[in-house]
Amino acid sequence: MENEHSEKHHAVGYGTYVLIWLVLVGLTVTTVSISGINLGNIALAVALLIAAMKSAFVINIFMHIKFEDKIFKVFIAVALMTLLSVFVLTAFDVFFR
Amino acid sequence: MSENTGTMPYISFLHAESKHKGIFKWILSTDHKRIGIMYMMGMLGFLLVGITFGFLMKLEMLTPGKTLMDAQTYNALFTLHGVIMIFLFIIPGLSAVFGNFMLPIQIGARDVAFPRLNLLSWWLYVIGGILAISSLFLQGGPIDTGWTFYVPYSLRTGTNVSLPLFAAFILGFSSILTGINFVTTVHRLRAPGMDFFKMPLFVWAVYSTAWIQVIATPVIGITIILVIVERIFSLGIFDPALGGDPLLFQHLFWIYSHPAVYIMILPAMGAVSEIIPTFAKRTIFGYKAIAYSSLAIAFIGYFVWAHHMFTSGISDTSRFIFSLLTFLVAIPSGVKVFNWVATLYKGSITPGVPLLFVMMFIFLFSIGGLTGLVLGSLATDVHLTDTYFVVAHFHYVMFGGTVMIFFASLHYWLPKMFGRMYNEKVARWSVGLIFVGFNMLYFTMFILGYEGQPRRYWDYLPQFQTLHVISTVGSWILISGILLMIGNLHRGMKRGPLAGNNPWGGKTLEWTIPSPPPVHNFDEIPVITHGPYNYGDEEVK
Repeated sequence: MENEHSEKHHAVGYGTYVLIWLVLVGLTVTTVSISGINLGNIALAVALLIAAMKSAFVINIFMHIKFEDKIFKVFIAVALMTLLSVFVLTAFDVFFR
Repeated sequence: MSENTGTMPYISFLHAESKHKGIFKWILSTDHKRIGIMYMMGMLGFLLVGITFGFLMKLEMLTPGKTLMDAQTYNALFTLHGVIMIFLFIIPGLSAVFGNFMLPIQIGARDVAFPRLNLLSWWLYVIGGILAISSLFLQGGPIDTGWTFYVPYSLRTGTNVSLPLFAAFILGFSSILTGINFVTTVHRLRAPGMDFFKMPLFVWAVYSTAWIQVIATPVIGITIILVIVERIFSLGIFDPALGGDPLLFQHLFWIYSHPAVYIMILPAMGAVSEIIPTFAKRTIFGYKAIAYSSLAIAFIGYFVWAHHMFTSGISDTSRFIFSLLTFLVAIPSGVKVFNWVATLYKGSITPGVPLLFVMMFIFLFSIGGLTGLVLGSLATDVHLTDTYFVVAHFHYVMFGGTVMIFFASLHYWLPKMFGRMYNEKVARWSVGLIFVGFNMLYFTMFILGYEGQPRRYWDYLPQFQTLHVISTVGSWILISGILLMIGNLHRGMKRGPLAGNNPWGGKTLEWTIPSPPPVHNFDEIPVITHGPYNYGDEEVK
C-alpha cells in the first residue's frame, strides 16, 4: 500500500508542478488585467471561469485528486454541486430583486 | 494511543499513565475519550455561563421598564447568551463530546483517524472560548449586535465586535477539523465486517454532521473575515453607505448558519436512534430510512437558508422558492419521528431516565418543528418574524431538541464513560422539573410573540406582564431542574454505585467493553457479522 502510494506520488514531476504554478500566476495576472476592461454583464462569468480553471489545476495536480480513488472525486463533486446550488439560489434573489 | 497487540491488562482510560503529569495528562492527551470528556467539561462550563445570562435576562423581564439592568447591558446579555450557547455549547454539541467518545468505539476502532488533529481541534475550541470571554473585559464593552452580527450595525457599533468574531472564526476551524477527522475515521477505521449499513445510527448522524461541518463552516469563516476587514479598512463590501450590500452578509451568514442548525440537531437525532432501541428492546424500525434521512436533512439543509430573510427585502421569487424548499426538510424529519415511534410500538419498554428525556424530546421537538412550518410560510412569517414566537420556536427546537438529548446522552452514556451510576429517583425529579420549567418559560413566548411582543426588546407593554412573569418563574424551575441534574450526575460520577459493562442491555459495541473503557478500547478488534440493534429472540413478538 505504501509503495503504491509512493509510486502515485511520483506520477507528477517537479517540472509539472512548476509549470502549473506558472499557469496559475498567468491566470491571476489575466484576472487582474481584465478587471480593468469593461466586459459588462459577462465580467462576473469571466472572473468565475478563470477562478474555476485555477481551482481545477490546484485540485487535480497539487491536491493530487486526479490520481486518487473515485470516492475522493465523488466527495469533491458533491461539494462543488453544493456550491453551485448555493450560487444559483442566491442568484434568484440578486437578479430578481 | 499507541500500538496494541494481544490481550492487555485492563487499565481504565481515566487512570492510564502517560509521559505527562497532572493536568497535562489530560490537556495533552490524544485519546479520543479524554478529548470527549474535556469537551464535555468545557461545554458544561459555558452552558452554565449561558444559563446565568439567560436567567438574568428573564429576571429583567419580570417587570416593564428597568428591573435590574439598563438597556445596553440587556443588549450585551442577549448577544452573549446567543454567542456562548451557539458557538461554544450547541455547535460542538453532541458531536464533540459523544461523537469523540463513542464514534470510534461504536465502529470498533481504537481512536479517530487523526488523534493529534483531534487534540488541536480541542485546543482551538479552548482558544476560541478564551478570546470570546476576554472580549467582555476589553475597552469598548461587550458585543451588542445579537449573535447574528448583522451589518451594518456590527460595522458601526463601538463595542468589541472584531474579537468575538475572530473567536467564532477560530471555533469554526475547530469544527472543520473535527468534521474532517470523523469523515476519515468512518471511511477508514470501521471494524472488519462493518459495512455502512451495519453502523450504529449515531455514527450515521455524526458522519452526516461532519460533512456539513466540512462544507458549510468555511463560508462563515470567510464572512467573518470580510466583516473584520470591512470594520478596519471600510472596503464597502457590506456597508450600504460605501456601496456594499447588507443582504449579501445575511446570505453568507445564513448559508452557514442554517446548515449549522443541522450540525446541532443531527447528532442528537442519532443519539435518539440509539436510546430508543435499547429501552424498547427492539431492533430499530426503518434503519435505512433513518440513515438516509440523516443524509437528506444534511443535504436539504443547505438550500433553505433564506427563510431567515423573508422580511429583509430579498426578491419575491427567492422568498417563494425558499419557502417551498423549507417545507421539504419536514419530510426526512418526519421520517425519523415516525420510525422512532414505530420502534417503540410493541416494544418491551423500560422507562429509564434517558428514554424519559427522549420522550420529552419528541414532544418538544414536534412542537418546535410544527411552529417552524408556521414560520416557513411566507404570510404567517411576516406577522411573526422578530417576535418572541421565533425565540420560542428556536428554543423548542434547539433546547427542547438538541439540549434535551444532550441531557439524555449524559444519562445514557455517563455510566459507560465513568463506570458509575447516578441516582435514578433524583434524575426523574430533575426530568419533571425541566419539563415543567421549560414549557412555562418558552410556551408563553409563543403567545407573547403571536400577540406582538418583539424579541430583543428591553421593555414591554404592561398587558404582557402576566405572561412574562409566568415565563420568568418557569426559568427558575427549569434552572433548578438542570442544577439538580448536574449535581446528581456529578455525585454519581464520583460516588455512585458501579454501573457494570452494560447497565441498559444495549447492543452496540460500546456495551461490549468494560466501563470505563480501557485505554485501547478493544483487546481485539471485533469482527462484525450483524446489524447494530440485534435484539433477535429478546424482542417481544
